Amino acid sequence: MSSAPAIADPRDSYKRQKSTRSNFELYGWVFMRGSGVVLLVLIFGHLFVNLMVGDGVNAIDFAFVGGKWASPFWQIWDLLMLWLGMMHGTNGVRTIINDYAERPLVRMWLKIALYTAFVATTVLGTLVIFTFEPCPAGAPADLVASFCS
Amino acid sequence: MPSAPAGTLYRGREGMWSWVAHRVTGVLIFFFLLVHILDTALVRVSPEAYNAVIGTYQTPIMGLGEAGLVAAIVFHAFNGIRIILVDFWVKGPKYQRVMLWVVIGLFVVTMAGFLPRHLMHVFGGN
Repeated sequence: MSSAPAIADPRDSYKRQKSTRSNFELYGWVFMRGSGVVLLVLIFGHLFVNLMVGDGVNAIDFAFVGGKWASPFWQIWDLLMLWLGMMHGTNGVRTIINDYAERPLVRMWLKIALYTAFVATTVLGTLVIFTFEPCPAGAPADLVASFCS
Repeated sequence: MPSAPAGTLYRGREGMWSWVAHRVTGVLIFFFLLVHILDTALVRVSPEAYNAVIGTYQTPIMGLGEAGLVAAIVFHAFNGIRIILVDFWVKGPKYQRVMLWVVIGLFVVTMAGFLPRHLMHVFGGN
């Protein structure tokens, strides 16, 4: 007689198969709700200050940006808005790709394009906020913030 | 992946249409965000380059576009709060329809505050 298959001891406690799935989608779901609330405050504040106060959209120019980013408050505000907005938007579009793109290759390429856009714009935006020069050498005084001269 | 048979998955009415509007406005806002990061990045090129591009945002056609963008953002924001309430508030699913009408009401009030002022900026010279 060759070896018979081993039968588990009846008194052994039942071992649940460990799930091979990660909690990524759960964390994504929670993130969409958490970031959504923060983004509501950040973006409504952004729209109020840039489009409602004073001359609204007509007041926006290089000097306006220079004046805003002279303050760490608006730097942090815009940085948070950039990162949370890009993550929230990228995860939303990822969900839509998963829902509608059925062919595996199409899904893959759409996601590669999406993640490339995410990395490129988020890195670019972050660099712009931190390396911004409000008073570039040789710039005409009427184009830059008043504190430059 | 087999497609769902017709008439079972999409139930219409407030629930489905708010979901559709949430997706459409979300995609719209995301693509604007990409463009907006790129145009803002022009501050690293030169004051002249940034002013030239941001100047196009102050034209009547773009001004109307901004009104549409703000409308999309306001709906997405308020409906997002509704989704959170449906998920976390015990009575959320029961009141999801009423809450959509609250969202629409808040949307109208917010746009009534924003639109006249913005259109005045765009079309009123200043």
